[in-house]
Amino acid sequence: MTSLLKRLGGHAGRIVLALVFALPLVFMLVSSFKTDDQIFGDLGSPSAFLPVGALSLDNYTGMFERVPAAQFLLNSVLISSITVVLGIIVNSLAAFALSRMRWPGRKLVLTVIIATLIVPFETFALPLVWWVNQLPLLRVNGFHLEWTTGWMDTYQVQILPFVANAFSIFFFHQFFQSIPKELDEAAIMDGAGWFTIYRRIVVPLSGPAVATVAILTFLPAWNSYLWPLMVVQSEELRPVMVGISYFFQLNVGWGQIMAYASMITVPVLALFVAFQRSFVNSIASTGVKG
Amino acid sequence: MVFRRRRLALASVAAAAATALVAGCASGPGGSSSGAGGDTLTLWTHNAGNSAELDVVKKIIKDFNDSQDKYTVELQSFPQTDYNNSVVAAASARKLPCLLDVDGPNVANWAWGGYLAPIDVSGSEVPVKDQLASTVGTYKDQLYSFGFYDVSLALFARGSVLNEHGIRIPTPGKPWTKGEFDAALAELRKSGKFAYPLEMGTGGSGEWWPYAYSPQLQSFGGDLIDRNGHKSASGTLDGKESVEWGNWFRSLVTKGYMAKKSGADPNKDFLAGKSAIQWDGSWNAAKNAQKLGDDLVILPPVDFGEGPKIGGASWQWAMSSTCSDKDGAQEWLRFSRRTKYFVDYAEATSTIPATDAAARQIADYRPGGKFEVLVQFAREYATVRPVTPAYPYISTEFQKAAQDILAGADPESALGQAAKNIDNNLKTNNNYAG
Repeated sequence: MTSLLKRLGGHAGRIVLALVFALPLVFMLVSSFKTDDQIFGDLGSPSAFLPVGALSLDNYTGMFERVPAAQFLLNSVLISSITVVLGIIVNSLAAFALSRMRWPGRKLVLTVIIATLIVPFETFALPLVWWVNQLPLLRVNGFHLEWTTGWMDTYQVQILPFVANAFSIFFFHQFFQSIPKELDEAAIMDGAGWFTIYRRIVVPLSGPAVATVAILTFLPAWNSYLWPLMVVQSEELRPVMVGISYFFQLNVGWGQIMAYASMITVPVLALFVAFQRSFVNSIASTGVKG
Repeated sequence: MVFRRRRLALASVAAAAATALVAGCASGPGGSSSGAGGDTLTLWTHNAGNSAELDVVKKIIKDFNDSQDKYTVELQSFPQTDYNNSVVAAASARKLPCLLDVDGPNVANWAWGGYLAPIDVSGSEVPVKDQLASTVGTYKDQLYSFGFYDVSLALFARGSVLNEHGIRIPTPGKPWTKGEFDAALAELRKSGKFAYPLEMGTGGSGEWWPYAYSPQLQSFGGDLIDRNGHKSASGTLDGKESVEWGNWFRSLVTKGYMAKKSGADPNKDFLAGKSAIQWDGSWNAAKNAQKLGDDLVILPPVDFGEGPKIGGASWQWAMSSTCSDKDGAQEWLRFSRRTKYFVDYAEATSTIPATDAAARQIADYRPGGKFEVLVQFAREYATVRPVTPAYPYISTEFQKAAQDILAGADPESALGQAAKNIDNNLKTNNNYAG
C-alpha cells in the first residue's frame, strides 16, 4: 500500500512538472491560432490553453507579411548547422589533444580554456566587433575573387567566432577521459597514428558526447540575437531570433508573435527529441551538468 | 589506391566547403560595404517590422532615386528594440551608413561621440524654423537632425466614466491639479469597477520610463539634471520637488491606483475597461477613437504645480560623420523636407506632423480636428529631454530609480543614488567636454 502511494505520488509529481514545462508551449501554440482579443480574453481561464473560439491561420499569414520569416529560418538553419558541424570537429580535436596526448603545459592550457567560461559574452562583444572587422575576407566581385578587409555583414561572422567553444572542449575532454587509454596503446602497437586513433577509436565511442555538444552548440547559435544585430546590417543575412523583435513595434501583434515563436521553436524541439537519449546518457556519464 | 582516392575526395570536399564558407558567404547582399562609397548612399532606419512608417521611407527613397541620376539611396531597416546597439557597434567598426535615423534624446550623445556630422538643409521646401522645436536636433548650436513628426502624451479616458463618478473633465485651459487627480483616482478606486483606476504602462521598458514619467517629475518642479550647464544632477534629481514626485509616484501603487507592473499590453487593458484612465502616447489615439468613438476624451497632463508637461522629440534623420559623400546625403535630406512627406508620415503613423502646414492638410490634426488637442499639447507642454551627451546614462539611471521606487525603495535614497551616479559619470567623462 505504501509503495503504491509512493508510486502514485511520484507519478503525480512528474505530471505536475511535465505540465509546468509543457503548458507555456501549449499556450504559445494554441494562441498562434487566435486573435489578439481572444488571447487576452482567454487569459485567466483554462481556455488560454485550449484551441477554442474562432481559430484561423491569419496570424501565420500576417507573420510572413511582416517578417521575411522563410529567409530568416533558412539563415538560422545554415548558420546553426555549420556552427555545430565545425564545432564538433574543432572542439573534439582540441579535447583529444588535451585528453589523450602527452605534452607539456596541457593542464595549464585546459585550465585557461575553462577559465574563459566565466567571461560573459557581452563584455567582449564590442572588442570582437572591432576584431572581426580587421580580418581579411575573400569575396566574390563579379566573376573574380578579391581580397578585402572586414567580416561585417556576412554569414561567416555569425559562424566562425563561435566554433571554438570552451564548454564543448571541456565536455569532450571529460568524456574522452572515460574511454580506456589501453585502446590507444593497442592501436599504437598496431601502427596507428594519433589522427587514426581519434577518428577510428575515440570518435566512434563518443556518440553521446557528440549529440550533447551538438545540442549545446545548436541552441545558442539558434538563439543568437545580440551578435547578429551588431554585425549584420542586411536583412537577407539575419537569423530568426532577430525577427522576433520586428513584432515589438507600437502596435504589438501578440498572435503573430505566438505564430512566429511556434515556428522557430519547432526545430529546437525536434533536435532535442532526436538526440534526447544520447543527451541524457552523456550528461549522466560525464558528470557535467552545464 | 581506393583509400588515396577517398582521401583526395574528402580533401576536395573540405577545400570546397572552406572556399564556399569564406568566399561564397561573403557574396551575400550588402557584403562588407559601408554603403557610403561612390554614389550609393545607404540609409538605416529603425522601422523593420513597422510597415506603416517603413513604406513612407521607401516612398521618399523611390521618389529621390527617380528624380535624379547622380545618387542612389539604398535602405537597410533594423528592429527598433536594439537599433541603438547596431549603430554603436557599426560606429566602433567605422561602418556607419551615410544616412541614419536617431531617437531625438540621443542626438547630443551621438554628435558628441562623433557618430554624426552637422547638416545643412538650407534651401529645402520646408524651412527648419517652421518645425516644432522638439522635432529638431541640435548640439552646440549646430543642426544635426530633424524629424517629420513628434508624438505627444495625454490622458485618455471615457467621458461617460468620468461623468458617472462626478469627475470634472479637464481642459487645456484648466487641467487637473494634483489634488483633483488624486481625488478622481480615489473615487474611481472606491467604485470597485476597475482593476486599477490608472494605467501608466509601468510594465514598459527602456526610454518609455524617462519619456513618460520625467515630465511628471518636471511638473512637480524637479528635473533629471540641472540644465544650467548640465554639470550636476545632485540637488535637482534628488531635490525636494523630485522627492515629492517619488513619494507621489510610489503612492499610486500603495493606494492601489496603479499596478506596480502593468500588463503586456496596457492599451488593450484600458480599452477592455480594466482601467479608467490611461497615460499613453498619441500613437494610440486613433485606435482609442475607433474603439470608443465619441466617448473618448483626450485630457491634458496633470498640473502638479509647475504646469502640465509632456516629453518631446521622437525619431529624426541625421548624417554620419564617416559618410564619404556628404553632398549626396544632404541632397537626400533636403529632398525629403517637403510638406507632402511630413503629411505622409503623420497619416501613416498616426503621429503629430512637425509643421503647421502639414497639420492643416490632415483632417484629424487641423483646427477643429479630433486630435488637434494633441498638436496643442506638443506645442505647449513639450519639454525636451536634457540636451547633453550624458542623456543615455541619465535615462538609464532614472529608469532604475523609478523602478526601484515602485518596488518599494525610499524615493529620497533611490533618487539620491541616481543623482550621485550621474554626477560620477559626468566627472569620469569630464562633463562630456569636447
